[in-house]
Amino acid sequence: MKAMGAVLRDGMRLAAAAALWLVAIGPVEAAEQRPWAEILVKARGQTVYWNAWGGDTRNNAYIAWVGEEVRRRYGVTLNHVKLNDTAEAVTRVVAEKAAGRGEGGSVDLIWINGANLTAMRTQSLLHGPFTQALPNFALVDTAGKPSTVVDFTRPVEGLASPWLMAQIVYVYDSARSKPADLPRSVPAMLDWAKRNPGRLTHPTASNFLGATFLKQALYELAPDPALLQQPASDAAFEAATRPLWTWYDAIRPHLWRQGREFPESGPALNQLLSDGEIDLAVSFNPAEAVLGIGSGQLPASARVISLEKGTIGNTSFVAIPYNAAHKEGAMVVANFLLEPEAQARAQDPEVIGLLSVLDTGKLDTAAKRLFETPTRNPAMPAPEELGQPLPEPHPTWMTRITAEWQKRTAR
Amino acid sequence: MTGTLHLQGVSIRLGERVIVPHLDRVIPPGEVLSVMGPSGSGKSTLLAFVAGFLDPAFRAEGAVLVGDEDLTGRPPERRRLGLLFQDDLLFPHLSVAGNLAFGLRPEVKGAARRETIELALAEAGLAGFGSRDPATLSGGQKARVALLRTLLAEPRALLLDEPFGKLDRDLRQEIRRFVFDHAAARRLPTLLVTHDPEDAADAGGAVITLGP
Amino acid sequence: MLLRLAPVLTLALILAPVGAGLLGTLLPAFGILPALGRSEPSLDPWRALIATPGLSTSLWLTIGTGLGATAISFMLAVAFCASAADSRAMRRMERALPALLATPHVAVAIGLGFLIAPSGFVVRLLSPELTGWERPPDIATVKDPYGLSFMAGLVLKETPYLILMIASAGSQVPVRALLAASRAMGHAAPVAWLKVVLPQIYGQIRLPVYAVLAFSLSVVEVALILAPGTPPPLSVLAARWFAGYELDLYFPAAAAALLQVGVVLAGIGLWRGLEVGAAHLGSRIIERGGRGWRSAGIVQGAGLLAVLAGALAAAALLTLVLWAFTQEWRFPDAFPSAWSLAATGRLASAADTTGATVAIAALSALIAVALALGCLENEQRHGVRPGSRALWLLAVPLLLPQIAFVFGTQVVLVRIGLDGTLAAVVWAHLVFVLPYVFLSLADPYRALDPRFARIAAGLGAAPMRIFLAVKVPLLLKPILVAFAVGFAVSISLYLPTLFAGAGRISTLTTEAVTLASGADRRLVGATALAQTVLPLAVYALALLLPSWFRRMRGGMR
Repeated sequence: MKAMGAVLRDGMRLAAAAALWLVAIGPVEAAEQRPWAEILVKARGQTVYWNAWGGDTRNNAYIAWVGEEVRRRYGVTLNHVKLNDTAEAVTRVVAEKAAGRGEGGSVDLIWINGANLTAMRTQSLLHGPFTQALPNFALVDTAGKPSTVVDFTRPVEGLASPWLMAQIVYVYDSARSKPADLPRSVPAMLDWAKRNPGRLTHPTASNFLGATFLKQALYELAPDPALLQQPASDAAFEAATRPLWTWYDAIRPHLWRQGREFPESGPALNQLLSDGEIDLAVSFNPAEAVLGIGSGQLPASARVISLEKGTIGNTSFVAIPYNAAHKEGAMVVANFLLEPEAQARAQDPEVIGLLSVLDTGKLDTAAKRLFETPTRNPAMPAPEELGQPLPEPHPTWMTRITAEWQKRTAR
Repeated sequence: MTGTLHLQGVSIRLGERVIVPHLDRVIPPGEVLSVMGPSGSGKSTLLAFVAGFLDPAFRAEGAVLVGDEDLTGRPPERRRLGLLFQDDLLFPHLSVAGNLAFGLRPEVKGAARRETIELALAEAGLAGFGSRDPATLSGGQKARVALLRTLLAEPRALLLDEPFGKLDRDLRQEIRRFVFDHAAARRLPTLLVTHDPEDAADAGGAVITLGP
Repeated sequence: MLLRLAPVLTLALILAPVGAGLLGTLLPAFGILPALGRSEPSLDPWRALIATPGLSTSLWLTIGTGLGATAISFMLAVAFCASAADSRAMRRMERALPALLATPHVAVAIGLGFLIAPSGFVVRLLSPELTGWERPPDIATVKDPYGLSFMAGLVLKETPYLILMIASAGSQVPVRALLAASRAMGHAAPVAWLKVVLPQIYGQIRLPVYAVLAFSLSVVEVALILAPGTPPPLSVLAARWFAGYELDLYFPAAAAALLQVGVVLAGIGLWRGLEVGAAHLGSRIIERGGRGWRSAGIVQGAGLLAVLAGALAAAALLTLVLWAFTQEWRFPDAFPSAWSLAATGRLASAADTTGATVAIAALSALIAVALALGCLENEQRHGVRPGSRALWLLAVPLLLPQIAFVFGTQVVLVRIGLDGTLAAVVWAHLVFVLPYVFLSLADPYRALDPRFARIAAGLGAAPMRIFLAVKVPLLLKPILVAFAVGFAVSISLYLPTLFAGAGRISTLTTEAVTLASGADRRLVGATALAQTVLPLAVYALALLLPSWFRRMRGGMR
């Protein structure tokens, strides 16, 4: 088999050629200036690959519904690329950039915020600004809900279109725990965990919900929370997080598995709650209990609580990579997500239950009626229980907290 | 229609070792040349050379002719030499008729094809066996079908590699007659490789002995 | 003419993506990735890797679980074969084993998790009556810090694989005669097997053992389900970084992937050393002439453990079935309180995933069978047999950690505009499917009596007709089995699907791993079950079709 060497050599040559092609082509941010009618025409017949976390069946069902609607209304085919982690889509765009594919990219739309959004913006991987081109963007409550245009302290500048708003809550099983016994502040969690060893945990900090748990703790424990709106310098981080780590070192031995192992994700956390392994599970969705009950993952007695001093809230966006093959279709989907009908449906606790980004004051009567819910579900917290959401810290805090947590928990 | 089978100056060696020393023989139509020798003496190697299957490890000289036609460089399927081995080697995935049809010229079509096969079976005392699975036949029946299959392909010579070695005594006698009679009737020159002197005696032709 | 290209094409298809992929990992590991503006070689990726908190734990976890799982699987398989050699139980096992082999690792891992978790089936069966637990105990039985459950998950799958490999190697040695002779001299049978059979066949099972070792040291998908996460094994660390949101992490990720290659090579080297040592020690023991009456019991005990592993795997799969048809199953109920077809129904509605899974598996297995047949037919027609070196080249994808080349391969696929297409995934799967299909088909193909082809040629059949009308029908069963093996291998692949599919193409396996991170257990169970049933069904067809054809002909009698 003398050809074997040649085969190997040729393979290597191919690889070497490929490596030589790894040339950076710096994309330039270009504002979307075409009229909407033209975008609609171009969008018809396109297939949009929406890269969105696929770990939640309810979200997946909602996205499938969006797909049906945009096909019916605009002739756009929506393909949900189910991700384990939003970072996978970022990776893909980077790999494409690495291969010099400046157009015809495989990712058309990404459900994104926070560190992933920052990473894509830093690498100039996004199309736009484009939100000003979306007719429905005018309905967004940019004044009352500042997180729709400011993502983790950083103005979005039209590079991502807001979709839904989330706010931290804690889920418990009312058949096992009385709400009065549950902690309503971060310091109170420590005492509660000491009395109830092994009944509290959070997802690993490399998961966004895990980092969120720590961020909420930081917010309450930091000497000056206003500092969190600035980028985290070494000194600021050291000073602001010292109480957090003191608290965490104290609580960790009383966590589930003595704080040596952590669940991977929010759904895994819910599973632990459902099995009775833990009593309190952090969530970024106020409708978590309603949805869990509906799907049978949580017992019918599941309820949520918030904290006395309020909890952090943020907005999920959709963004379009610079090299997306179907930018027009992606914008049509982004615009449809802001349609009052789509927003009202997403806010329905039976569907997703995340809060709308729209200003209902800007809607006509018919659209307004869509948002009026008939009776309150006992598993759904009233808006006054949730209160005004606290703003997300600058993303550098989350990155640093994650890194520091990993250092502290690494054996 | 048939000619002689001529082994012209054939010699085969493996490296330095001479397997078949210089051999020059003509087998007339209807006659048998028996090649004797103990196992490992190279008699099967000679047969493989004639049939065109010689392993490339061997070096062969000389030529194989049928009539005036030189077969030496041809691939096995273009030589038209009928082969029989110790085992019947009927194709287990085909019926008896399917086995017989395998070698029958494609020009014989439809009803004629079926008739040819039926007739051959009937002559061999196997009338009605066409649809049978070869696995259900007795040893003697299999041996006869194997020969019929070879003959229906209209070979110009027969190459027999210990074809009776696995048959028990009574059956061997019967099959031997069956094979030799058919070969004689069709005037086929036959090369028989065997280590059983009785085979050679019954064949009645010339005998050569190979080996140490 | 085309046929002569088959071996070249086969090796090119396998080695090109591996070679290109390795290069795509090697360069970033030394700081070179022009797309991110890095073209100067540097050792920073390695510094970053070494500075990673918990790296040494990750490394030791990887080495310990990988070597441990391989050693345990090997010992159990050997002990089983030694105890059961030439028995009816063995022959029956040989027929049942392929079923377990066709089951994807992911399904077994998920099932095992469902079985032994603190809130798992075992605890539910015993609680609260026997344990007094009204709530699941806070004990790490899954994702334990020492990776014991991870090792168990690997052992459950690798032991049957090695048993099958040993059994098929043993079929080429006169086991019965050897054992009879040894027993006549007063040796205990199981120990005699170790002394006279194992040394003869070890050469043939070396490649499978190394493949098991390489797999155990570098698997990502089983680790995601059963291994601890803080910190995780090395391969998971690299995979996380490759998929991580910080682009700078590509560099340490590439370094970690390269370190992973080093770990596998060192592991194989260590194993090789153990082989030599064991051979020396073994020959001394054999020369001492002990009859092994006392050790026989130990060997048989270990053989029983292998049976236990099989039972555990079966229980794990049963747990999948339970969850797949559950509506509600609250702790500590022993069984679901309400049954439902909803989860399996939801799965059926995800028909595109199942369809893609089947299409990819069928296509890659079909192409692999065609190429393997081409290589084998070429070898028979032209009398060229590949040397052992060519065979090892074929096995390269089985011995290299997948994480070491999938990212680089993805970059190449993007470069040639193939990423995220069905073709790319099929190609990526072929890299792993082909070696298994070839190894499965080679022995029966070469063992076919060459005189059938000679007879057919004597009857005037040209090589193509001989191939189609004689060899393929005669080898129908091994060909179909090779197809089923390829199908099962394809179904089980995780990383190659993830990277080549660019996330656009998901299969039941990528779906199952994604869901296993915490989604609804019912849906996880249904997905893993579907992932198990598909290859089993194909396997059953491969075994049943030939006899069905035979029966059809039997009707002609």
